[in-house]
Amino acid sequence: MTAMLEVKDLTKNFVKHLDLAGKIAQKLGSSIREETVHAVDRVNFTVGKGEVVGLVGESGCGKSTLGRMIADILPPTSGSISFKGTEFTAMTEDEGAAAALAIQMIFQDPFASLNPRMRVEEIVGEAPVLHGMARMSEKSTYVGDVMERVGLGREYSRRYPHQFSGGQRQRIGIARALAVKPEFLVCDEAIAALDVSIQAQVINLFMDLREDLDLTYLFISHDLSVVEHISDRVVIMYLGRIVEVAGTDELFDKPNHPYTTALLNEVPRLDHRGIDYEPVSGEIPSPLDPPPGCHFHPRCPHATDRCKAEVPVLREIAPGRLSACHLNDG
Amino acid sequence: MNVTGNGDQPTLSVQNLETHFFTKEGVAKAVDNVSFDVDKGEIMGLVGESGSGKSVTGFSIIGLVDPPGEVVGGKVLFKGEDIAGWDDEAMQRLRGNRIAMIFQDPMMTLNPVLRVDTQMIETILAHDKSVSKDDARQRSRDALGQVGIPSPDERLKAYPHQFSGGMRQRCAIAIALLNKPDLIIADEPTTALDVTIQGQILYEAQKLCRETGTALIWITHDLAVVAGLADKISVMYAGRIVEQGDLDDVLDHAVHPYTRGLLGSVPGHNTRGQRLYQIPGMTPSLVKLPAGCAFKERCPNADEACGAEPQITQPVVDRNVRCFHPQMQEAAE
Repeated sequence: MTAMLEVKDLTKNFVKHLDLAGKIAQKLGSSIREETVHAVDRVNFTVGKGEVVGLVGESGCGKSTLGRMIADILPPTSGSISFKGTEFTAMTEDEGAAAALAIQMIFQDPFASLNPRMRVEEIVGEAPVLHGMARMSEKSTYVGDVMERVGLGREYSRRYPHQFSGGQRQRIGIARALAVKPEFLVCDEAIAALDVSIQAQVINLFMDLREDLDLTYLFISHDLSVVEHISDRVVIMYLGRIVEVAGTDELFDKPNHPYTTALLNEVPRLDHRGIDYEPVSGEIPSPLDPPPGCHFHPRCPHATDRCKAEVPVLREIAPGRLSACHLNDG
Repeated sequence: MNVTGNGDQPTLSVQNLETHFFTKEGVAKAVDNVSFDVDKGEIMGLVGESGSGKSVTGFSIIGLVDPPGEVVGGKVLFKGEDIAGWDDEAMQRLRGNRIAMIFQDPMMTLNPVLRVDTQMIETILAHDKSVSKDDARQRSRDALGQVGIPSPDERLKAYPHQFSGGMRQRCAIAIALLNKPDLIIADEPTTALDVTIQGQILYEAQKLCRETGTALIWITHDLAVVAGLADKISVMYAGRIVEQGDLDDVLDHAVHPYTRGLLGSVPGHNTRGQRLYQIPGMTPSLVKLPAGCAFKERCPNADEACGAEPQITQPVVDRNVRCFHPQMQEAAE
């Protein structure tokens, strides 16, 4: 499998700069200083063509920031992203435009991601017309075809977003992404806001589209059972760093990293009945002030002194399996 | 029902509860003929999708339905006494004291401009003036400790915004526990929380019911959460309970087509990579419900009989089902 997307040492820091009052206070000896959030911290991974990679983590772990950098919505602080072998920064203008079309993003909130003043025909049809994929005169036929592709009737294309339910809006968001014939979809919590029965419909739609259109997905979610269902490989993040990468079966059968193990224990499942919950202790630390060494050590039952001092490296522990934990050193 | 002290009667018995919303478009029967019992120390999962009336059921029990909504019929027997018709003042003595509610958003419980200790002490003194302030503070401290908040002495002096989301929710739960209520209604308390934090909250809830005998109604859309927590389960669809019974029985041998559809659409319950079972269509609007069974337009087994309103039957022992065609035989797999 050739890597369609390769991410190398990708880092994103958000810095809260001091305003004038803050600068004056600092000059006068106050302890106020610039604050930096390491949202994504030297992340490496690849996505092969036709693969579905699930990216899992809890809130604040940087999974959405990572997704936005890949979709070229946010510029990275450092590191590189290559699409089909070419780095984003090394692309010519034409290549860059082609890559921008080939990578599309589907957002979490179907209520916030559609312009309420535009008809569906405009929302879905604007980009393909602009990029010369459909002529202005063919727009309604083109939009109708895409709408049918996502399971909405073509007669709906004259409506406004508020006339649709949550599940239908999410389909419109998917139609908008599909309209420019993408190869790679970044789905950021794309089904988290939907009801259970509607969730199933959209998951099925994603799986059908993958088969019919030969799509590659980066599927970002906090919901492990959804990721287990849809992904070939899973990447687990904690506080800006990748802690484990493995094939879905291996990961769910035999998690390696203590954080993954803890996550899997906590996921409620239909066949886990009347269990005695044994929760992971502690809170997720603030990304403003992450603990030194391994970020998970304050909550980890196996933490040693080394974990408090030294950052564990993400390395191969078996073919195709990566984990960042000192315990693997024996 | 015969009221004889605190014998074996359930902590809460809801009988034929009806809550309607009188809107411009028509009357929405948000809660339609809903009945269930919750015993001492028992956890009931009340499961449904958005708009199924599960939250309104909770609000109706505790008397918090705002206009245009109104409880128009049925009984809410709390330890044998019908509280459905009580006035505000009487309900206020009950709320936060004998019956507590935990909301999805903890900021619905917490006041952002008051310190946590002020709010907690107030909760105690509002219902029992004989408690000294020091005792009240001590009890507040213990309650915070009980829900696993580290260094409760310092945390008491904090404001809600200084807490993380999980800590706020735990604080809201601590407030609900303060007066050792007989019944807690929890409305999606973990939906907004991360998995590891959700695990901690479920752990506290479970421990509480086992140790203190508090009855708990856990309202949620997530069947998997209920599976790990509850003793019994009621499934709501469009304002009506369509199936209720013992947790294991319902999850393993559901007979209502809606329950079966819901269970089939849970990803973790399926073979990986295969298509999920999907219930066709979407939830109908409550003001434009089809006549008869509300589920018939999405149901694979619907026929002419479903044009009439299905009544509750017991096709299996200890199971209430509202369906003309309960699916008795298990799929031969």
